[in-house]
Amino acid sequence: MKLDIVYFAWVRERIGLPRETVETDARTVRELVAELTAREDRYAAAFVDMDVVKVAIDQELVDLDAPLADVREVAFFPPMTGG
Amino acid sequence: MVSRVQEKDFDVGHELAALRGDRVDIGALVNFTGLVRDTKGDLLALELEHYPGMTLKALQKIESEAVARWDLQACLIIHRYGRLEPGQQIMMVATASAHRKAAFEAADFLMDFLKSRAPFWKKEHTRDGSDWVAAKNADEMALKRW
Repeated sequence: MKLDIVYFAWVRERIGLPRETVETDARTVRELVAELTAREDRYAAAFVDMDVVKVAIDQELVDLDAPLADVREVAFFPPMTGG
Repeated sequence: MVSRVQEKDFDVGHELAALRGDRVDIGALVNFTGLVRDTKGDLLALELEHYPGMTLKALQKIESEAVARWDLQACLIIHRYGRLEPGQQIMMVATASAHRKAAFEAADFLMDFLKSRAPFWKKEHTRDGSDWVAAKNADEMALKRW
């Protein structure tokens, strides 16, 4: 399936682009992270410590075991620092 | 829902007057305004990045929770993004209620959730370079109060 992925803050900087569309068979966010990490070093650098990477699916915060079926957009970013 | 995400500055006085309108049943109006601070004297600018597709949704969710928990007559969140200089306004929350307790508590709640549940990221540009502001563990712990 095709999936839009967006990145923010230092996750975006490490991966080197703000948005991309990938073709993947990953069933969960965790599988997607493993797939990207195996693909290139820049992904491995961004996802080295998933304790400090937050994930949103279709603009809602989820955990790593969230399923990707029927998902349009996945976002990866550091813990938020609003306010 | 009147929350806004914007690049341009806002006028707190104007926003509070608009929030009150002609209502005479509001007894307490609480406002918090967050400013870019430069405590060490080396900050050139604070850059705020956000997730456009998610930000407004997140603010509205936080606002709805506050409205559900406290007896508020009005509630407002304005959060800016882009490059801001020391002394400039970053964001404001305002809460209106019949009595001060609900207004103070709701404003405190809004701030705690904005800190760690609204998709904003701050990058500090100083004379020595640039770095992302790390989230504080204390901010995450603060959510448990509610």
